[in-house]
Amino acid sequence: MSNTYRYLPDTEQDKKEMLELLNMSSIEELFADIPSELRLKGELNIPEADSEPTLIKKMKKLAARNISADQYPTFLGAGTYDHYIPSVVDHMISRSEFYTAYTPYQPEISQGELQAIFEFQTMVSELTGMDVANSSMYDGFTSLAEAASLAVATTRRSKVLVSKAVHPESRAILSTVSKGQGYTVEEVSLAIDVTDLEELKQQIEKDTAAVIVQYPNFFGSIEDLAEIKKIAEEKGALFVVSSNPLALALLQSPGKLGADIVIGDMQPLGIPMSFGGPHCGYFAVKQKYMRKIPGRIVGQSHDDKGKRGFVLTLQAREQHIRRDKATSNICSNQALNALASSICMSALGKHGIRQMAQRNFDKADYMAKSLGKKGFNILNKSAFFNEFVVELPCSVKEVSSKLLEAGFIGGYDLSLDYGFDNQMLIAVTEQRSKEEIDQFVEVLEAVVNG
Amino acid sequence: MVEYNDLIFEISRSGRVGYSLPKSDVESIDLQDRVPKHLIRDEAAELPEVAELDLVRHYTALSNKNHGLDNGFYPLGSCTMKYNPKMNEVVARLSGLSRIHPYQPIETVQGALEILYNLQEELAVITGMDAVTLQPSAGAQGEWTGLMMIKAYHEQKGEKRTKVLVPDSAHGTNPASASVAGFNTVTIPSNENGLVNLEELKKHVDGDTAALMLTNPNTLGLFEKEIAEIAEVVHEAGGLLYYDGANANAILGKTTPGSMGFDVVHLNLHKTFTGPHGGGGPGAGPVGVKEILIPYMPVPRVEKDGDQFVLNSNCPLSIGRVKGYHGNFGILVRAYTYIRTMGNVGLREVSEGAVLHANYLRKKLEPYFESPYSQICKHEFVLSGSRQKKLGVRTLDMAKRLLDFGYHPPTIYFPLNVEECLMIEPTETESKETMDAFADVMIQIAKEVEENPGIVLDAPHTTVIGRLDEVEAARNPILRYTKEEAVLEQGKEIVKA
Repeated sequence: MSNTYRYLPDTEQDKKEMLELLNMSSIEELFADIPSELRLKGELNIPEADSEPTLIKKMKKLAARNISADQYPTFLGAGTYDHYIPSVVDHMISRSEFYTAYTPYQPEISQGELQAIFEFQTMVSELTGMDVANSSMYDGFTSLAEAASLAVATTRRSKVLVSKAVHPESRAILSTVSKGQGYTVEEVSLAIDVTDLEELKQQIEKDTAAVIVQYPNFFGSIEDLAEIKKIAEEKGALFVVSSNPLALALLQSPGKLGADIVIGDMQPLGIPMSFGGPHCGYFAVKQKYMRKIPGRIVGQSHDDKGKRGFVLTLQAREQHIRRDKATSNICSNQALNALASSICMSALGKHGIRQMAQRNFDKADYMAKSLGKKGFNILNKSAFFNEFVVELPCSVKEVSSKLLEAGFIGGYDLSLDYGFDNQMLIAVTEQRSKEEIDQFVEVLEAVVNG
Repeated sequence: MVEYNDLIFEISRSGRVGYSLPKSDVESIDLQDRVPKHLIRDEAAELPEVAELDLVRHYTALSNKNHGLDNGFYPLGSCTMKYNPKMNEVVARLSGLSRIHPYQPIETVQGALEILYNLQEELAVITGMDAVTLQPSAGAQGEWTGLMMIKAYHEQKGEKRTKVLVPDSAHGTNPASASVAGFNTVTIPSNENGLVNLEELKKHVDGDTAALMLTNPNTLGLFEKEIAEIAEVVHEAGGLLYYDGANANAILGKTTPGSMGFDVVHLNLHKTFTGPHGGGGPGAGPVGVKEILIPYMPVPRVEKDGDQFVLNSNCPLSIGRVKGYHGNFGILVRAYTYIRTMGNVGLREVSEGAVLHANYLRKKLEPYFESPYSQICKHEFVLSGSRQKKLGVRTLDMAKRLLDFGYHPPTIYFPLNVEECLMIEPTETESKETMDAFADVMIQIAKEVEENPGIVLDAPHTTVIGRLDEVEAARNPILRYTKEEAVLEQGKEIVKA
């Protein structure tokens, strides 16, 4: 009799031989230590197995019930973007030496992964202008909360100020995390499309552990980090910047503008949208916070013959050593996505990343201008990267469904998290052609006039 | 094979590219006209410049220096290094799943939500829980999410409980998660059989106990037979029970945390449900809860309204958001594909295979190593290298010797309550021949320790690099590439030559 399941190799003969060594007659005997009243009677109440061809069909059918960015041009951003991913990225991360490996705890047989992480850390340090970056975090949002916790632990202060121009989900997660750690979070209001610096000056005090802003912010606008740094520094608060790594190709690095911690998500560089995850948080700090950084870090070392190699290092910080003294519990990270991002950054290279970032500036600018020409009001008063807010004469929900009918995924509805009715946050990446933009503008015009 | 030791930055040549963007079809703006000067980058980020083939050769060379599960046996205890099905990779990459945006109109992502909904339902059955959230990104985040729900539950009852009990054999993340959730951890010692000491537990359980965190089977691979009594003790004092699902591969279809009396469970989908480990992640750590905790679950929740799938964030008692968007969707898709591939009977056979394999391998190795808990184990077992240590060879040395034979070593020095611990988890996907071959090598190494310890002490001999100086790495941390450091490094090479 042949086996039923392709992932289970044991034949009846194998089972028999193994049980013989154990001096047992059935596998059941191996479960005798589970009290019978706890044992499941009958099989799990879930469906039976599907064969590979049947399941592939079913999954394709489910996938076909979604509308992908391959079908409809998308103008949605708000933290996740449709960017060009060179084909080489997915091919290289599909090498199973990478994706079927565990955390590189045995450096002698994990030099590939360790070196790749070391290179990732370097690229993140370069883009952010920071001294040290770790090997990755779950996503940009949770990274931000970890940064706040680090600031609270380091300064021994109990309040964190976060701009309302920071992504709503970052703020929501920060709020959840702060409840566990026992610090308070206050939000700094908006001056139209950027953080209100006058408000910030009013709110900051000597118990403020950190000032957190986003760069470019949730509305696409470029915050003046230099001004914010001054305000934070005056009160001795850490300056935390959440930034889009693609935008950093052309924007002054937060490190040079005085950031103490820079966090964000690598998704724009080599990681598919994938319905929001897995993406890849990054976490970079100034040298003096190196031993406080959460998560795994790879360092350079040498073997007994003096050959260069890489190892996980500074592990004394980590949860498995510090246990109940740990200030972060992160264990798994997003190593494979960090690898994807490294490969993407290497493919783009020093010039490509700038060209791609410039293209984002250009396309968003073109679309904003086109909308302006049609009489739409663009609400950003500051320079913006690849996103901006357009005012509509009716609800975004209404417009979005019309756009959908016309074959477009519209922008983000700002009535949702901000209560800004009739305001749509539109993202235009290098993926959108002039033709698509023109059509979208036409449809939008027709919809609101229609 | 020619040795390759370059960093991507060292093969970079000015002017090379590995991408192609279409010609611009819109006017290019001059940033100087828009962005304040001090906010424009004045120094380009030094990313490497490589042609596509250079890039491919570089990362292929790196992959050749990496041992994955597909390269060979990986009996890393508590990590459940089972086969990562290729079909899951194909499915997760379907453009209808990988090229969708998390904020798309709900009617354009019904297929994605259906997958999430079905996965929630099936994981609830598998764990014996009433509801499941898929948001947490990994086991540790699942632990923290569960503990935050427990905290909210007690607070809602007007109680401020501060204590979380954790056995001494627990995963390091348990106490760390408790700490991050704002609890104090109390460690409960194990008894001589490696199980929770019920008498000790009773001493520590009181009105301040928020929860007991337990892995069952525990990290020694032993089933906590007294779990029903343990649950009763904790519940009577008003505390809740948290199940660390890292070891769930032992119990699928045989029992459930729900029937054992647990109130919260996290699962590591990247362990039990084949989401690949990816060199450290991404994972996924869904959390299941009993009815009493449903009000506190994170938002948004995937629900079914008629024949439509919807997202519900209107849950006033919820602990809030714990992760962006809808969790690590790509990993959730892989896990769902796996569960559908195995089905109800298959999942039961998974655990039967895992337990049979662990016991078979244990029995084969027990004559050669100390076996502190020689009894039926579940999906994993521990051995001690104490016998070899007396001969001057440590477990670390034996682990390094295994590398010479192409094996990833077992988990070592964990759990902490076993001297010179080796924790071995073969998983159900390995064949008998693979385990036999591994056992032969382990036995050979045990003999080497007696007859020729030098070969073990100096191991590994065949890897691309020898044992690395971890003290050097920590004392003088070099955490990124710099040209200056590379020049120094080159100098060392020349001196050696």
